[in-house]
Amino acid sequence: MKRIGIDVGSTTVKVVALDEDGATLYTAYDRHLSRARDKTLAMLGDARGLVGSDGETVFASVTGSAGMGVSRTCSLPFVQEVIATRLAVDKLIPDADTVVELGGEDAKILFLTGGVEQRMNGSCAGGTGAFIDQMATLLDASVSELDELSLKATTTYRIASRCGVFAKSDLQPLLNQGARKEDVARSIHQAVVDQTISGLAQGRAIAGKVVFLGGPLAFQRGLRDRFAQTLSLDDRHAVFPDNGQYYPAIGAALFADQSEPIAFGELVSRLRDARESRSLDDRLPPLFDSREDYESFRERHARADAPRRDLAGYIGDAYLGIDAGSTTTKLVLIAPDGGVLYDFYSSNAGSPVETVRGQLERIYAIGGVGLKIRGSASTGYGEDLIKAAFSLDAGLVETVAHARAARRFCPDVDYIIDIGGQDIKCFTIRGGAVDGVTLNEACSSGCGSFLETFAKAMGMDCADFARLGLFAEHPVDLGSRCTVFMNSSVKQAQKDGASIEDISAGLSISVVKNALFKVIRANDPDELGLHIVAQGGTFLNDAVLRAFESTLGREVTRPALAGLMGAYGAALAAMDLELDRSAMIGETGLASFKHTVKTSRCGLCGNNCALTISTFQGGRRYIAGNGCERPVTGGERNTLPNLMRWKYETLRAMSGAASSAKGRIGIPMGLNMFENLPFWTAFFGTLGYGVAISDPSSRALYRRGQHTIPSDTVCYPAKLMHGHIESLLEKHAGEPLAAIFYPCMPYNFDEGCGDNHYNCPVVAYYPELLKANIPSLADGARGNGFPPFLTPYLNPDNERAFTSRARRFFGHALNADRAAVTRAARAAYASYRAWKNAVLAEGRKAIAFARETGRKMIVLAGRPYHVDPEIHHGVDSLLCALGLVVLTEDAILDAPARQNVKVLNQWTYQSRLYNAAARVAEEPDMELVQLVSFGCGIDAITTDETRAMMERKGRLYTQIKIDEITNLGAVKIRLRSLLAAMEERMRKAAPQDRMEVSHAG
Amino acid sequence: MPADARAMDGIADGADERVVFTKEMKKTHTILFPQMLPIHFSLFQKCFEQEGYHVELLTETAPRIARTGLSYVHNDICYPAILVIGQMIDALRSGRYDLDRTALMITQTGGGCRASNYIHLLRKGLKRAGFGRIPVVSLNLAGLEKNPGFKLSLSLARRLVYAIVYGDLMMCVANQVRPYERERGAADELISIWADRLQESFHTPRGFRRRAIRENMDGIVRSFARIPVEGEQKIRVGVVGEIYIKYAPLGNNNLEEFLLREQTEPVVPGLLDFLIFKCDNRVEDARLYGSRRLTGLGAAALKGFVCGWQNRMIESIKRSRFRAPKPFAATKALVKDYLGYGNKMGEGWLLTGEMLELIDSGAPNIICAQPFGCLPNHIAGKGMIRAIRSRNPKANIVAIDYDAGATKVNQENRIKLMLASARKEG
Repeated sequence: MKRIGIDVGSTTVKVVALDEDGATLYTAYDRHLSRARDKTLAMLGDARGLVGSDGETVFASVTGSAGMGVSRTCSLPFVQEVIATRLAVDKLIPDADTVVELGGEDAKILFLTGGVEQRMNGSCAGGTGAFIDQMATLLDASVSELDELSLKATTTYRIASRCGVFAKSDLQPLLNQGARKEDVARSIHQAVVDQTISGLAQGRAIAGKVVFLGGPLAFQRGLRDRFAQTLSLDDRHAVFPDNGQYYPAIGAALFADQSEPIAFGELVSRLRDARESRSLDDRLPPLFDSREDYESFRERHARADAPRRDLAGYIGDAYLGIDAGSTTTKLVLIAPDGGVLYDFYSSNAGSPVETVRGQLERIYAIGGVGLKIRGSASTGYGEDLIKAAFSLDAGLVETVAHARAARRFCPDVDYIIDIGGQDIKCFTIRGGAVDGVTLNEACSSGCGSFLETFAKAMGMDCADFARLGLFAEHPVDLGSRCTVFMNSSVKQAQKDGASIEDISAGLSISVVKNALFKVIRANDPDELGLHIVAQGGTFLNDAVLRAFESTLGREVTRPALAGLMGAYGAALAAMDLELDRSAMIGETGLASFKHTVKTSRCGLCGNNCALTISTFQGGRRYIAGNGCERPVTGGERNTLPNLMRWKYETLRAMSGAASSAKGRIGIPMGLNMFENLPFWTAFFGTLGYGVAISDPSSRALYRRGQHTIPSDTVCYPAKLMHGHIESLLEKHAGEPLAAIFYPCMPYNFDEGCGDNHYNCPVVAYYPELLKANIPSLADGARGNGFPPFLTPYLNPDNERAFTSRARRFFGHALNADRAAVTRAARAAYASYRAWKNAVLAEGRKAIAFARETGRKMIVLAGRPYHVDPEIHHGVDSLLCALGLVVLTEDAILDAPARQNVKVLNQWTYQSRLYNAAARVAEEPDMELVQLVSFGCGIDAITTDETRAMMERKGRLYTQIKIDEITNLGAVKIRLRSLLAAMEERMRKAAPQDRMEVSHAG
Repeated sequence: MPADARAMDGIADGADERVVFTKEMKKTHTILFPQMLPIHFSLFQKCFEQEGYHVELLTETAPRIARTGLSYVHNDICYPAILVIGQMIDALRSGRYDLDRTALMITQTGGGCRASNYIHLLRKGLKRAGFGRIPVVSLNLAGLEKNPGFKLSLSLARRLVYAIVYGDLMMCVANQVRPYERERGAADELISIWADRLQESFHTPRGFRRRAIRENMDGIVRSFARIPVEGEQKIRVGVVGEIYIKYAPLGNNNLEEFLLREQTEPVVPGLLDFLIFKCDNRVEDARLYGSRRLTGLGAAALKGFVCGWQNRMIESIKRSRFRAPKPFAATKALVKDYLGYGNKMGEGWLLTGEMLELIDSGAPNIICAQPFGCLPNHIAGKGMIRAIRSRNPKANIVAIDYDAGATKVNQENRIKLMLASARKEG
């Protein structure tokens, strides 16, 4: 009997028909665009002739993530797709050792020999087809074009692979800085490979005969190359079957053998007649009740417009503003009355410099001789690059540009929300100036471009797609999570039979909810303001705007220039400069404009950043990708006081003698060791041991330990510990260590400032996780030449109790005698206190310096381990380069006290944070920037509380979320916005010299 | 949105001071308490009523619950907090309760996990929603937050412990009957019959006598054993994880129902272990750090009392055809080579222990369920799977994250993969 396998995946449908002997009769593969059943029916229709008549009985079964629903509604047997794949591989490539299958939103790995194991990706979508689709959109390329580009690459950049949103944060700056698309394309493929090796295989070697399956691997040669090369597989060991995308469907056909046969006609009619039970419980009310409703809405918003002027034949002054955004380039040329002479909005297609050049040529061509450009300014991610490329007159922080523009349309504006392609930015305006800034965190970004990506997946233009939702009757509730989660929510909605209209409306509502609940974290319109301006390209979609107004329960202003506000503001700022003539490249200069991009490694420090160096006509240079200012200033180091760097360097120098009488104890230099190292070096020193600390953290060190990380949603500082252990094991191989020591510490020192003095669960117990996941640390490993891994439970809150416990433990583990341990404990506590005092003394010195020289101070408040440059990614140097003195939270706690907070204050590090906030709130020349590691559950509590503490005192609150990614561009915008707001506040504090100043530079 | 809530409220939000639950409120107020474990919590409700409190369980599970929660709690906080707080605010808004006579109750474990902060996040959320004056009672063993009108008295504590014993017992035997019952719903019907009968037994001092309780336990086991069953032994699937997600159907997208539909027998470890675990933590703290010896002694006494009843419950089950869980001490012993007993935040070592207990008792197919980004479970859940697998090759564990944004399709697909492996191994 013939057999039919139907594989309904998240994005595609595959149908396979096999004959009695297993030979293939029919195959079909296509995107289903959320009409999975229709697509399947069409394919079965095509197959009818090959299979036989409607009366012929066949075996049939269904597989795939969206197949579950189909199987239920059509009462057809279902087989899980990993199992189906395995059936197919067993049959077709019986000698395979490992199978890697990448699908639309799933990634799977099967180990077939040496202990069968099958795994799927967790809840993150990194390393899947959807990830590549999303990245291709950023490159403005189709997936096959991306593949072509990838094959022509010469270098590979490091791109975070875990999550599409993170990868985007790595990619965007690369593109904006002018990196070659070819290299970026290859880097995307490499990220998929990295994710498969670390996230899926988790330490198990992908070796032997490896079969690669699934759509992306079937169609993308660049991806295949990356896999083969990274895993060092030759042609015999890397198998890419021609029909790789059909394996699960073939497996389903094979599985069908075990089921009841069904007449082919019956199969078709079951699929055709199935009625998905549509539940409308979790649907939302429609956006508009009627057409009239919509018309009056349109009318109201049409009022906020700027007059249009004709550029052709224009004689007079003009000012140019350019907003080089993350995904789009915007350009506005205005007349002195604010009228728009020319505007441009487009995806920068990966090359903002080229885009701007083309537009300038057009302006010169249309404008002719009467046009006199008297000022030009740039803003946005690519501000510096564009300014350098065309020698513009000024560059300004985008927040300031937006505020400038918003005031033009709504003079009383007190709140601006801007949803762009990649960012959500919100600012409060007080007295006409930006006062507080909220930007989206790494995780929830990309909402605007998500609409676009999804529209593309449906084969539609973004605006058309969003319009579909205007009159949707039952918008689906897609939640307010990040992009990747929204993707699976959409999948679920499709399965539940939601129409494309309902999904479109649901996505628009999600964008708004993300902005309101995740970014702004407010649901009371009064918390925002009375006069809200909604702008950014995303708000040009009426569905999004409407969703925003109805969720908020308030009418807002949306300027017709919503998508161009940054550029418009820059143009206004250029006008404020009151120059006679802009220094911008003129028409003749433009004709000979040349832009060359070179990549190189910095080499001035261990970070060895990959630099992108753009050189323009006339020798102007622009360097990007640098973690600090050194490659720009020619190697000189900033000498402003920087407690982050001071603490880090002092601690790293503390490891003491390389070797001591009794040997060395290895200590992984991460997490709470950034606080407790002085304690343990003194302790072991007194016992006669030297201390060897692991190498400094780096992305390379992280990669070395990446394969043993069991939970990919834990914070980056914890993940780095795996690399630190590898580093110690390497040291041990060179010169044996007496032991690796890393204690479990649920309790911290009791500083009397909280309800309790815990460490967070991750800091407390990570040693146990390391022991369970790094084979060389397991108890049994000791005999095989690995050092013992000592992870005692220790509590430092009481010196006497600690000493007695330490006597027992080290008496046993290191054969130390009681008196020696007692002495060691005493020395340890003394050393710890000395360190704390040294930090305070250094803090006082820095504060004194700042006050003598009239500089502002920024307190980078986080945890002790945030001083690690690989964790903070150079935020401190960035601040110093901006002329600020950098302090840490523990350096300003001369008089810590119990703060009155509205949450359970039970973690020592967090109690310090509240204390630091309390002090900064009282010091006018200090500002607080809270560093938050992505995935830190505790900070979901502390951030709101710290913000409230600062805002109660009328102070600014800035938060920087950090992870594996190194998107300093976004951080820089945030910090510069903070500086602009600080300046503005200072000016208001001194009313006599109040004046209109433009924020150039 | 808050505006309408405030209109209903009529007065300004309360001051910064915590609103206490006064003695008068005990008489006048209805205390709302979120559902977690259906059998246990309905018994708890009766225990509170017998102590003179008016308690109502919140059982609403509509999708708007999560939406409400997301609007009032930091979106990165654990999913259980979002659900529980959403459920409470939703109830206050429903119009079903007289807001001048309504209070809320929430448990607080007091450990180093962020769950100890739910109550504070709830208060913040209430304030934002315009319900700032609703008193919130903390139910905890750690002596946190006192209220004059609410006291975890000895008699209430005793009732609650017995309720957990009965609850665990019924959950254990019902899980072994439900997949096979000839008449669907027979086990659930029996549960409600017993719930009423047990409530009556608490009315008289006799109901607290050891003998009476033992008779009740034997009676429960016997009556469940009499439910007509059919069919072959199905694959037993263990469910462990973060406590709320593990137990609450609202948290785990009705996992138990899904497992029954997939023709498996769910095995859910009981609540007694968690209670003993929390007592044991104090004993261990005293042992490990030499501090807090006094609380250690008190905890040891309570631990002894609860362990005694767990043992009696196990004996009752063992006298029947049903499989009994392992006593706490045995589960604890299994963990020895995996984790330290100082690992106490959240479910701590008990989570690893429950996985090992399941494997040891022939249920190596396990779902480890936790909220997305759960901190303690990074270590004791996902962090231990590799070690468990390497020492127990039969272990077939899938870790599933639950979250407002995670979809049921993806969760069920991963569980199905685990089940397919389970069936293959037989």
